[in-house]
Amino acid sequence: MGDHHHGPATGIGRWLFTTNHKDIGTMYLWFSFAMFILGGTFAMIIRAELFQPGMQLVEPGFFNQMTTLHGLVMVFGAIMPSFVGLANWLIPMMIGAPDMALPRMNNWSFWILPPGFLMLASTLFMEGGAPAFGWTFYAPLSTTYAAPSVTFFIFAIHILGVSSIMGSINIIATVMNMRAPGMTYMKMPLFVWTWLITAFLLVAVMPVLAGAVTMMLMDIHFGTSFFSAAGGGDPVLFQHIFWFFGHPEVYIIILPAFGVVSQIIPAFSRKPLFGYASMVYATASIAFLSFIVWAHHMYTVGMPVAGELFFMYATMLIAVPTGVKVFNWITTMWRGALSFETPMLFCIGFLVLFTIGGFTGLMLSIAPADFQYHDTYFVVAHFHYVMVAGAVFSMTAAVYYWLPKWSGRMYNETMGKVHFWISFVGFNITFFPQHFVGLAGMPRRIPDYALQFADFNMMSSIGAFIYGASQILFLYNVLATIIAGEKVTDDKVWDGAEGLEWTIPTPAPYHTFEVPPKLDAAHA
Amino acid sequence: MRLSANPTTDTVLKLATVSVAMFAFVFVVMVPLYNVLCDALGINGKTSAQAYTAVDAAVDTERSITVQFIATNNDGMPWEFRPQVTAMAVHPGAANDTVFFAANPTAQHMVAQAIPSVSPSRAAEYFHKTECFCFNQQPLEGESDTLMPLQFIVDQDLPKDIKTITLSYTLFDVTARVSEQIAAR
Repeated sequence: MGDHHHGPATGIGRWLFTTNHKDIGTMYLWFSFAMFILGGTFAMIIRAELFQPGMQLVEPGFFNQMTTLHGLVMVFGAIMPSFVGLANWLIPMMIGAPDMALPRMNNWSFWILPPGFLMLASTLFMEGGAPAFGWTFYAPLSTTYAAPSVTFFIFAIHILGVSSIMGSINIIATVMNMRAPGMTYMKMPLFVWTWLITAFLLVAVMPVLAGAVTMMLMDIHFGTSFFSAAGGGDPVLFQHIFWFFGHPEVYIIILPAFGVVSQIIPAFSRKPLFGYASMVYATASIAFLSFIVWAHHMYTVGMPVAGELFFMYATMLIAVPTGVKVFNWITTMWRGALSFETPMLFCIGFLVLFTIGGFTGLMLSIAPADFQYHDTYFVVAHFHYVMVAGAVFSMTAAVYYWLPKWSGRMYNETMGKVHFWISFVGFNITFFPQHFVGLAGMPRRIPDYALQFADFNMMSSIGAFIYGASQILFLYNVLATIIAGEKVTDDKVWDGAEGLEWTIPTPAPYHTFEVPPKLDAAHA
Repeated sequence: MRLSANPTTDTVLKLATVSVAMFAFVFVVMVPLYNVLCDALGINGKTSAQAYTAVDAAVDTERSITVQFIATNNDGMPWEFRPQVTAMAVHPGAANDTVFFAANPTAQHMVAQAIPSVSPSRAAEYFHKTECFCFNQQPLEGESDTLMPLQFIVDQDLPKDIKTITLSYTLFDVTARVSEQIAAR
């Protein structure tokens, strides 16, 4: 090792000025957890209001602010940064690189996020309240009828868009230029592959989102009429632009989750991943298809039948590569020497629940049926099965799986398993009944509802409190591990784990792979 | 193509170009393309914003189409706005006239813009307007009223299964917008 080898700086300066991918990854992970708690608090307020029919706790306007901010904070604050944090920690370690390609930009990508979310959260205290138009911010709700705080919302979206784009450029530049000799594309771990494709999606669609909010800004303040019919514009145009971003966005959220699951399931099955190449091609196919299905979110706007059919069939086509993935994971487990540590439990939970979410998605893709499901709780149930049981479960699995490598300490396995079972049960109590109330016609984003939905809503709320409380246990377990967990010294924390990140010492030193590793037969 | 000798710089420059291009794509491609497609295909119920030049074509007296008129005020628009007749039976190919009544009950001079929409949207491209008050902004002094003309032809090629066409106008208050434009000049 070179004589410039040194550890982290001391004090707050370490975190403010760091260019170390591990430090930045850690900050992303903690920031996203803080946002997860904030967005979760909003969710608890929503479920508390919906515990019983009638107006109980909050004003309808405030309720709308809660649904809006819950969605925005969870999507842009919790899920996306958490996977960027994971990418920062793991991609250099997985491809044998000393750091990210652009360490200084990496620091900026992270540090503009907290001000962006501070700006978004500050709208809660402004006159007229926070944005209350849903996380999809359809015009003219978000233009003509929005509270003045919408301008702060627009700039917050700009900031976190810039952060995402810089983060993605960094990831692509790292993967394309900094792989260890011998690490060809088709030898990269699947997590790296899914993130590479995700980063391309981000570079392509985050600017589209920025364009949409810029048009809103111009409509509100500069007298243009992109979305105003009075001036020759069209509100439906907003939906097309939004979902042209929004549909790839859902794959931006779920593809890294696929990558995580593809790393963890083989480790606890003690078998290589089944169908590696097909996983790569399936990921690429999903990414391509995500660009041509956006209007399935807007079947009810009055599209021509030919359009409805095109978007319906294109959407259904996504079930094919996704099915390839699900079958590959199951086949990986088939006849494996399975063991059920916490990361594996969360991955199996992911597999079961994500598949349910996929099937409800298939139901929603059927244009004629969607007219009944549109904007009901059925949609809410569907996307929480893929967002929470998909993205959040896999993220939780990732934390349990790699935490011993990061911290050099083992988490409490019993507590982890308890966390999984409470999460799994709480999640299903929350969201499974929402399928039923949705099919029975309960609309989403309403603070009050008809009496016949009362029992299922009470069930949902109880489940939500259970699921929410289980995250406190998670936080406690992680903190207890970092501070006083049992020390781990094996390079390979899990006996079935494969990959370069398990060849470095535990805990991972501040600098790794300053000299590119030689890929032995097992890794090459 | 290499944009820089340093491979990382090269990757970054290319990706930055892509993201800037995607931002521009929204404004210079998606918006115009959406409007062009809606105009060309007549989807979204949008009728042409230009007057139609009548072509010589036989009037199809065999078919009779019911054309319904709906007038709606946009949120906060104080005008009285309604069609003189709410429905008329027309033959494809024949020129038809009707008028809409508008009154400005306020004390101020106001400018309105009517935005048309046709249902079923498939009928939009077969519904030709030779003259329409919706082609222009409509100024009206306070406490006065007017009759606004509409001339239209239903195309002979209108699909056989369409028997009723509904033409809906929404009236928007554009007074503030117009005065801003004048001030800007």
